[in-house]
Amino acid sequence: MTSIFNYIDRPSPIHRLTGATKLVCLLLWSFAAMLTYDTRLLVLLPVISFVLFRISKIRLRDVSFMLGFTAVFLVLNNVLIFVFSPQHGVELYKTSHVLFSLGGRYAVTKEQLFYHLNLVLKYLSTIPIVLLFVCTTNPSEFAASLNRIGVKYSVAYSVALALRYIPDIQREYHDISQAQQARGIEMSKKQSLGKRLKSASAILIPLIMTSMDRIEIISNAMELRGFGKYKKRTWYMGRRFAPADIASMAGCLVLLLAAIALNTINGSRFWNPFA
Amino acid sequence: MDEPIIQFEHFGFQYNAQAEPTLYDINLAVHRGEKLLVAGPSGCGKSTMAHCINGLIPFAYRGEMTGSLRLMGKQTREMSIFEISKLVGTVLQDSDGQFIGLTVAEDIAFALENDCVQEPELHDRVKKAAHTVFIDDHLGHAPNELSGGQKQRVSLAGVMVDDVAVLLFDEPLANLDPATGKQAIELIDEIQKKTGATVVIIEHRLEDVLWRSVDRIVLMQDGRILADCPPDELLAQNLLAENGIREPLYLTALRYAGAAITPALRPASIRTVVLSGETKKQVRDWFRATPPAPPKPEKPVLLDARNLDFSYPNGHQALTDVSVQVKKGELMAIVGRNGAGKSTFSKLICGFETQQRGTLRFGDEDLMALSIKERADRIGYVMQNPNQMLSKTMIFDEVALGLRTRGVPEDEVAARVEKTLTICGLRPFHKWPVSALSFGQKKRVTIASILVMEPEMIILDEPTAGQDFRHYTDIMDFLAELNRRGITVVMITHDMHLMLEYAERAVVFSDGRVIANDTSANILTDASVIARASLKETSLYELALRCELPESRAFVQRFIDYDREVRGR
Repeated sequence: MTSIFNYIDRPSPIHRLTGATKLVCLLLWSFAAMLTYDTRLLVLLPVISFVLFRISKIRLRDVSFMLGFTAVFLVLNNVLIFVFSPQHGVELYKTSHVLFSLGGRYAVTKEQLFYHLNLVLKYLSTIPIVLLFVCTTNPSEFAASLNRIGVKYSVAYSVALALRYIPDIQREYHDISQAQQARGIEMSKKQSLGKRLKSASAILIPLIMTSMDRIEIISNAMELRGFGKYKKRTWYMGRRFAPADIASMAGCLVLLLAAIALNTINGSRFWNPFA
Repeated sequence: MDEPIIQFEHFGFQYNAQAEPTLYDINLAVHRGEKLLVAGPSGCGKSTMAHCINGLIPFAYRGEMTGSLRLMGKQTREMSIFEISKLVGTVLQDSDGQFIGLTVAEDIAFALENDCVQEPELHDRVKKAAHTVFIDDHLGHAPNELSGGQKQRVSLAGVMVDDVAVLLFDEPLANLDPATGKQAIELIDEIQKKTGATVVIIEHRLEDVLWRSVDRIVLMQDGRILADCPPDELLAQNLLAENGIREPLYLTALRYAGAAITPALRPASIRTVVLSGETKKQVRDWFRATPPAPPKPEKPVLLDARNLDFSYPNGHQALTDVSVQVKKGELMAIVGRNGAGKSTFSKLICGFETQQRGTLRFGDEDLMALSIKERADRIGYVMQNPNQMLSKTMIFDEVALGLRTRGVPEDEVAARVEKTLTICGLRPFHKWPVSALSFGQKKRVTIASILVMEPEMIILDEPTAGQDFRHYTDIMDFLAELNRRGITVVMITHDMHLMLEYAERAVVFSDGRVIANDTSANILTDASVIARASLKETSLYELALRCELPESRAFVQRFIDYDREVRGR
């Protein structure tokens, strides 16, 4: 069974960065990728993330499920944009180089293809780096880092707990669905949507019930050990920043500044090679 | 005498959601360094009492308290739950569920983190606590890399980092295999001797707790304290059996043999009980006078598994060359420690997983040719926790689910569900919502929802987990009754008593292999199998040895047969 979100513990320089560093870097990086449609930067970001993946020793097949999932969305997103607004690129870049026509308003232009290319690059700039963050950040360190950047520790801890329980809940889901299949609940695609929703409830209701039991136990256990006593708490996994942490954050800050600079130079979020 | 560390005086408690109080007029004083066992059937109020001691009542569970409860002289209602948690450390029943941290070290550190303890003191104290419970080699391990016993040690270390005065154990044996349970009791004893802490153990498995001595047993029933006395005194009376607690088997055997049991005989443990020459002779005479049960006729094979090999996609080899035969109409147990391959084996039978090698036949059919659903028509599978299976609001619909998905006409569904509910003793509840049932009744509903499909065989994963003796007996008698109606029953279990009393035969798994396949009595008297499968020798065997009976194995079998007859089965 593959896990969707999972911390993968491998010795690498990226794993050694503190959780707070990685969180700050992720935020800076995402802002940079979101701000700009400048193709030059959007090409650079996926290249860097590919290198980071190599450094982190996270293999593509560790995250293949999520990558596949993203690919489906990527294709869907592109198709829908073309169907609903085939001339979006022309509007953006103010020129029109028609390559061939598909009839009606569906003319394929260089501008539209260029826009789609940028969209794909945007996906490639953000998704891998999020996956990298999830795979290389220990959930408890993540909680500690959220707390460090100012999130209340009770909120931070509940995020960490949710991450920690995802594998357990996946396992439970698997067990329950097997037992329910034996009672004749079918989840296969042969069934109509209505039937499948009904079947899903036969698995989800037990899953929710057992999860509620789990939550009661864990919240009692936490309260019995003084969780929520003071406004602050210390973290066993908390660590101080090392030079590598500062350097990484600086690097990501440079990327963000580059994005802002490019936007200013281009006069808009779009870099226009047709002008 | 110094002031009691825990003192209940005319204490009562009623949950807000309930019509009747759960505790009435509790008077109990526990002194520093004492070791106390609180026993009683489910619903007697022992867990509520534990919640009162550790502060979950009134802070997490609301209700009305009457009378007084003082911890070290202070009323608990005037304290905060955090103040109480500095005095009372609680080890909960489910050591898996209460594992908060991502690793052993973080879990132990949890209370210290909340107390804002700084480095390097934080790391030092974690190390020290881990060392006390011998888990310091596993500080970096995640919970799924630990055994049940190790997880419990982590829980214990997690409360001991705070130097608490009282250690409270809520059913510490519930999720452990027999050998690990025995070690847990030894560890608790050792910790208490080392730290001088006051220990309160809530548990209904009396014989297992008494593996190490306790100072007092408090017996509870219906929210009241029935007895509060040293174990020897309590065991000499008949109070236990009358109140739904199982008395140690060697005592039952002594009573059958006609021996009088008095506190002076020190009956609290098989090792201390004084057996006079006369008592020994009584036991031997009883053995000679009791006829052996007639041999059972040989039955045809129903399930035939041969040479099964299975490994999970991650490469873990779960089963190696497993061959098991289940005879028609048999009531069989599958035992072994966690991860020995018991559950994997049942998954192969149900078709949830497919073996890489070996054959599976059921009657004269090849199971491999059947889908999960088709197999389920012949072999029913009941999961351990009923909440894992219940998905409908009404009992009737829950039981009808399997038939409806198979397209059975509604009038036939109604007839079959009614019939099954009657067999399962659920007829009076057929219009009730599932949520109104107790845990044991829910279990019955899940069994009913499988039985309604009229399988020839049912497999139950830990049918009695988390049940006290009375509910245990209810469920097991019910299964035995089904078995008499011709249904073959296979149970996966940790429970020695269940195996000994109900299963004719047991198959023992260890590291993915079958290491024994014999009568329960023979298995529980075989030292090498016991050690490899983390089982525990039955005290009956030791009794037989101490009574100088040469046929000690036969004695165990004779006792079981006789006991079954006495209890009318």
